Amino acid sequence: MNENIGIILMVIGLVFDFFGCLGLIRFPDVYTRLQASAKCVTLGTCGILFGLFVCTGFTATGIKALLCIAFIFLTAPVSAHALARGAYRSGVKPCEGTIVDQYSETIKK
Amino acid sequence: MINAVSLFILWLFVWSLLNWVPDTKQLIMGVFVAFFMTFMTVDTFGVASPSGKVKRAGFFGIVKKVFWFVCYTIVFIWECIKANIDVAWRVVHPTLPIRPGTIRVKTGLKSDAGLTFLANSITLTPGTTSVDVDKFKGYGYIHVLFLKDGAVSSDMRLPVVDKFERILKRIFD
Repeated sequence: MNENIGIILMVIGLVFDFFGCLGLIRFPDVYTRLQASAKCVTLGTCGILFGLFVCTGFTATGIKALLCIAFIFLTAPVSAHALARGAYRSGVKPCEGTIVDQYSETIKK
Repeated sequence: MINAVSLFILWLFVWSLLNWVPDTKQLIMGVFVAFFMTFMTVDTFGVASPSGKVKRAGFFGIVKKVFWFVCYTIVFIWECIKANIDVAWRVVHPTLPIRPGTIRVKTGLKSDAGLTFLANSITLTPGTTSVDVDKFKGYGYIHVLFLKDGAVSSDMRLPVVDKFERILKRIFD
């Protein structure tokens, strides 16, 4: 029973990972691509790891999977933040359809 | 000193989770590793608040903070799942319904930990990614995937940011 639930969670995680990668190809510029990859890949990978934890229970593997979930949730948004900030500071332009851009107005001053 | 001891216990705990189930040999190794990690990180985590005043919360205060942290976790996981479904829908939609833009929001949080948690939660919630944080002026710069029509003023507010800020204020400030 536990194994079935774990495999379902892993499949959900894989589907979200797939959508994240699809967004990486389909979205027009750096910042929108970061949105897709940061969100979907975080939850997708955590889904796979949580599925592994449900499969194995409180064993050595399961505990390590839980620890990895905590680390991914702490570090993945930070890396996305750093990439977005670095891209803006080094002058990567947002795509054509951008509505407002209050940040680049600020760093020009 | 209290900070150093609690950091040491935290790193020892993480080490023993990494080497589950820890035996005596692993624990002795872990004491050395945790000591080294405490030495490396006590400068970063030891500073309590930017104003230099250390407010010690009583027992009741800590229980309250833990309660709000559990609330934060539940809200956060729910928003995160919503965000993923939202992004997945936009990715597979044939016309790519996005109206991206970077906006500035005001935040009332002061502490480093609170701002870090706020920025991380913004990145993982629907349609928003934090780009920069101006700690001294209290501004956050956010890249939004889909801006609604009109009402793009200078200090606009997003409902998601407000929701997290209200909870995080009770935990960290």
